[in-house]
Amino acid sequence: MKDIPMSKPGEILLDRVTRSFGQMTAVKSVTETIEGGSYCCMIGPSGCGKSTLLRMIAGHETPTSGRILIGGRDVTHARTGDRGTALMFQSYALFPHLNLTDNVAFPLRVAGFDTAERRRKAREMLDRVQLAHLADRLPAQLSGGQQQRVALARALIANPEVLLLDEPLSALDESLRLKMRSELKRLQSELGITFIHVTHTQPEAMALADKVIVMDHGVIEQAGSPVEVYDRPRSSYVARFMGGQNVITGRVSRIGSEALGETPDGTQFSFVPPAGITLGQDMAVAIRRDRICLMPGHHQGIDSLCGQVSTTEYQGSYVKVEIESASGDEFAVHQTDRDFLAHPLHPGDEVTARWGVLDTYYLSG
Amino acid sequence: MSPLNMSSERLSQLQVAPLAILLTLFTGLPLLMVVVLSFWPFDGLEYAPGFTLTNYAEMFASATTWRTFAVTLRYAAITWAITLLIGFTVSYYLVFHVRRVKVQIALFLLCTIPFWTSGVIRTISWIPFLGREGLFNMALMKLGLTQGPLDMLLFSDFAVVLTYVNLFTLFMIVPVFNAMAKIDRNVIEAAHDAGATQWQILRDIVIPLSSTGIALGSIFVVTLVMGDFLVVRAMSGGQSSSVVSAMKNNIDQLYYPQAAASAVLLIAVVLAMVTAILRIVDVRAELSR
Repeated sequence: MKDIPMSKPGEILLDRVTRSFGQMTAVKSVTETIEGGSYCCMIGPSGCGKSTLLRMIAGHETPTSGRILIGGRDVTHARTGDRGTALMFQSYALFPHLNLTDNVAFPLRVAGFDTAERRRKAREMLDRVQLAHLADRLPAQLSGGQQQRVALARALIANPEVLLLDEPLSALDESLRLKMRSELKRLQSELGITFIHVTHTQPEAMALADKVIVMDHGVIEQAGSPVEVYDRPRSSYVARFMGGQNVITGRVSRIGSEALGETPDGTQFSFVPPAGITLGQDMAVAIRRDRICLMPGHHQGIDSLCGQVSTTEYQGSYVKVEIESASGDEFAVHQTDRDFLAHPLHPGDEVTARWGVLDTYYLSG
Repeated sequence: MSPLNMSSERLSQLQVAPLAILLTLFTGLPLLMVVVLSFWPFDGLEYAPGFTLTNYAEMFASATTWRTFAVTLRYAAITWAITLLIGFTVSYYLVFHVRRVKVQIALFLLCTIPFWTSGVIRTISWIPFLGREGLFNMALMKLGLTQGPLDMLLFSDFAVVLTYVNLFTLFMIVPVFNAMAKIDRNVIEAAHDAGATQWQILRDIVIPLSSTGIALGSIFVVTLVMGDFLVVRAMSGGQSSSVVSAMKNNIDQLYYPQAAASAVLLIAVVLAMVTAILRIVDVRAELSR
């Protein structure tokens, strides 16, 4: 085995981590490094293996094979609660029979702190999450948002190197979710510890993460900064999942300094060809929805798509215009509200969408 | 007025009415009779309406009263401890170690099989098993483990407690299982995550969260043992007598006022025990959780 390079506290190294349940493989040979002190979001549809991966890092599941290192220490088989991690449960999992102080103090209690000491620390932590005034209440007497703060306080009290959050915001209503979101981000930068946050909502991941890990079917589809994952998706799966992109699939019809692709229904699109593509090969491009122009009527040509407006959705700063084309693929354009209101479109209007070669992004998958 | 727009208070009063009427007629009134009877004078041959405290004075002065209460409370305490240990262990195993719900239900039903026959039959069927020439003694002798038959097996305190445990363990298992099954698995995991050991989880999470079940089971077992006379009769071979078996003797001799007085005392003691249990565990609050 090679020497482990110097690693920061809270750095997580996943080395070919696999987890099978009988016939089903939930996580397939995942290798990834999560930098110490970063905010990492794992995103994917339900059943993609993100929660299983999180639970393995927390020690609630043991990998079938592979290794997990935290801060340079091999914790693959270390006991839960003895690996510098703390997990915040989706359902909060507060102890129903203990008041808030004792709930938060529980990790210190099992670690052998005396009563006065742990209660003092717990109250400090409750103060930090603005719940000191409820310290003697039972969890059942709290609202969902308050319960979540308690869960957060309990997870943080033992000074973990890594905080694991399993869909922490999914049970909150929209305004509380946004508030909690920025609070999590603030807390993470204050504490400087690693946060790993599992979610299935893309804006949440984009808003919070230093690193986004997109998973599907137990493998990592792409890992990178939010900008990389959103703007330069590696596969059509990532492009579709992260949203904001139209994906057009077709075959390579011409190769040059600019290559051309053609969809089965004849739409032609240009793209900057990567090395090693061959004529006739299956391919796809992603086109940012907010970089596409719309004009009325039908104008055939390269890098344009004709169709009918099927729906328009007003979103405040932009309007999502969905276009039904001959291919039947989903195709949408995000127009600024100003553009849209200057030339309003209605369902059934004939339109042509046009974009430039620089706004297309070649996808391998 | 249709039931739908009836006030919810009226509606709940109506809902409890049938049971309340039944209990008043067939439990409340007879109990009241017993209390009244316990104050009637008795001259050894006949009793007549009146008011006297003699029955109580005699009862408290009698050594038999104290002895039978001591014996019964001892049975109750030993039986309670054993049924609690078995009930808690079995429930813990069913809830936390049997992963598949079907297996869990099957094993749980298995626990109820002894209840498919009457308590009297289950009590008496121990006799051919435990007797001097019973199956167990024969087996021990055949195996050469004992020279002669063990006498302590039948017609002894051992036999009484064994039968109680056999009869009443299920009354402990059911409520404890029910309380334990309600514990959120995530809560156990959260405790693990906080670094708790199995023992700490048992002590700080599982036992406190099962306390309603333990309290209810304890009430069942303690009241059943306190009110028993059949098992003591059959299994002690007349060597010990419980409160109720002594009471039964009084009744057989038509000493009704004495029997009534000791019944009132027994009710008071059992009520005190139940109150004490309910003081320790807030069953109402826990059940509504």
